[in-house]
Amino acid sequence: MTTVASTRPARRPAPVRTARGRSPRSDRRAGLLLSTPFLVVYLLFLAGPLLMGIVLSFFNTTTVKDGLGDWVGVSNYTKVLRDPLFWDAMWHSVLFTLITTPLLVVLALLFAILASRVRRGRVFYRLAFFAPYVVPSSVVALIFLWMYTPEVGLFPKLFGAVGLPVPDFIGSTSGGWTAVILMTLWWTFGFNFVLYTAAIQDVPPDVYEAAAIDGASPWQQIRLITVPLLRPTTGLVLILQILASLKVFDQIYLLLGGGPAQSTRPVIEYIYDTGFTSYRGGYGAAATMVYFVIIVAISTAWYALRRRSATPAAPRTAA
Amino acid sequence: MSGAMARRRFLALGGGLTLAGGLSACSSPLASGLTGSQPDPADVVFWNLFTGGDGANMALMENAFRTEHPGTTVEATILGWGNPYYTKLALATASGTPPDVGISHLSRLPLLAASGLLEPVAETGVTELGVTPDRFTPAAWKKATVNGTAYAVPLDTHPFVLFYNVDLAKKAGLLNAAGDGLKPMKGRAAFTDAVKAMKEAGARYGAAMSITADPSTAWRWFSMIYSGLAGPVVTGSGTTIDIDAGAMQETFDFMQSLTGPGLMPRSLNGSGANALFSTGKAGFLFDGEWQIPSYRLVKGLRFNVVPFPALLGPEPVAYADSHALVVPRNPKRSSARTAHAAQFIKSLLDHSATWAHGGHVPAWLPSQRSKAFLGQSPQRNYVQAAFNARYDPVAWYTGAGSDFQNTVGATVIEVLAGRLGPKEAVSAMRADLKRYTTARPPVTMK
Repeated sequence: MTTVASTRPARRPAPVRTARGRSPRSDRRAGLLLSTPFLVVYLLFLAGPLLMGIVLSFFNTTTVKDGLGDWVGVSNYTKVLRDPLFWDAMWHSVLFTLITTPLLVVLALLFAILASRVRRGRVFYRLAFFAPYVVPSSVVALIFLWMYTPEVGLFPKLFGAVGLPVPDFIGSTSGGWTAVILMTLWWTFGFNFVLYTAAIQDVPPDVYEAAAIDGASPWQQIRLITVPLLRPTTGLVLILQILASLKVFDQIYLLLGGGPAQSTRPVIEYIYDTGFTSYRGGYGAAATMVYFVIIVAISTAWYALRRRSATPAAPRTAA
Repeated sequence: MSGAMARRRFLALGGGLTLAGGLSACSSPLASGLTGSQPDPADVVFWNLFTGGDGANMALMENAFRTEHPGTTVEATILGWGNPYYTKLALATASGTPPDVGISHLSRLPLLAASGLLEPVAETGVTELGVTPDRFTPAAWKKATVNGTAYAVPLDTHPFVLFYNVDLAKKAGLLNAAGDGLKPMKGRAAFTDAVKAMKEAGARYGAAMSITADPSTAWRWFSMIYSGLAGPVVTGSGTTIDIDAGAMQETFDFMQSLTGPGLMPRSLNGSGANALFSTGKAGFLFDGEWQIPSYRLVKGLRFNVVPFPALLGPEPVAYADSHALVVPRNPKRSSARTAHAAQFIKSLLDHSATWAHGGHVPAWLPSQRSKAFLGQSPQRNYVQAAFNARYDPVAWYTGAGSDFQNTVGATVIEVLAGRLGPKEAVSAMRADLKRYTTARPPVTMK
């Protein structure tokens, strides 16, 4: 019993194929037909704008005039790459990712395990942990802004009441980062929590039963069964979280406006500020392309890394 | 077999629904949007960015027009304030489907005019209806004029003003004999003393303003003080930095003399400023007059609003902006539609005393001098501010909610928070401005 459960399940057999190794014609036609709506939307709203953005980035395009504007070659790119504010903003997005990703993954895993191990009110805990995720960012920002507000907010008052020095949550750089990260943790960890909760439910209960019979303590069960079996989910959660964190915009924009002194402005706000507020569409498009290339590079590197680490053929055992 | 049947039936059903949806959408805004045709437009299509109290007042003014011109229909669209509005206005006009009348901040006008998106006022037919330059607050009309051509009809002036708590001011001995205003004061020392007196009268702070994460308000405060001493920070349509370093250093020094010793909080956001002023914990509030309606709702708060006295220079200065009516360029617009647009603009001016309930000073002098406006307090107190108004400097990058205000305002916030000394702040400001004077403008300005 133990041996069966502790080895990885065998890969599913490949789908049935015809003699020539291809699926029947009608199947292919149906596949194409069923994916057409997606392909149309994909081309219309993703590939199209992307190509348009590449074209725009070589022109002095503006949103106040019709047409592309003057051809400026690669000068938009050289200006973006030489703008210290662009690199500051880029660093802020990366810093946000570096801080939030580990916290959001570990906390989600921790709370998912805890919520799955409680005996009573499991549904309540699941709901409670996931609930913040469905609140719109504008609402979350408004609530937290009230709590952080200097002089009159809840947090400054609490700190003052117990005699601690009152941190300037939205007026100082370190306070601003703390404020944004705390709010983001509370608001978004529900998504990873749900992914982990689903994965935990897929772990067959007899594994735990067997482990319990063998005398494994709850902590050993978590460390040696749950966490290793959740490894594929962790990979997924990590990359989703990295990409989501790199795309940070709304909570920083709503809570701090990128301040104080633009010290928390993420790169998407930089793009928004130059492209829309200053009407410099071409320049904004160039900044977007630079950022796009960086995100694609990160995703590709991640998948390459995962492939390499997934290849070892030796069957892993849980104990 | 039954599975295949179900699939076919499902596909057929889906196709049928899509078709039906497509047919019924032919007369809808969606379909007309996709085909680029006009969806049975009203006689006047009006775009604005007003919500809340301003939105309600604007709706009253639209209804007044409908009552007076029963044959003319108006369709008003409210778009999100700031970028969403200006982006849509510009794109709709550039692509040939603009509204007949739109709202623009005068500080945002130079770029729109230089881009050729606006009809000159003289060609809209409003002049024939009696809308002539001499009947407007001069500062507003001047700001509506770019290179000698007027491109907008100013609706109001909304200056940065001085709110004060009446009870605290009385205790501090700042009220005049009649008790309906502040004693006259002038200059840095007198103003600082007044703020001190407010604090000593029992307020936690002598004055408060929104600083943190609010670069626009910080910029307004800075711009107003600095304008008392020197001209605009950029000249030549925004191509040249023109800083008076001494004046700027003095300005920053004055700002820090209030926040430094705790007469004002160094870090406070908009809701914090509201909370302090409306609970009597701050004697003065530095903010735009558009906050009047929200303080009216506070029970037990007795407040008044006056223009700022002269602070550093010899004369009082008011930092201000204006809402103005523009006619976006549309070569396809019929002369009948243009005539309706002109009538609509004239009607809004005539009813701008209603608009003043939101705190704004009507730019249209007949309204400004009407009983309907002069009966409004505290609005009538700061009419002079409209005449002393200083707007953002002329450039493609300046104006309400612009990236420029965010950048230079961030430097001002650093000064107010005490993290940047006056001298370093001048060089920081120079660096901020250089970003814009050296950037490639989206549109060439004369």
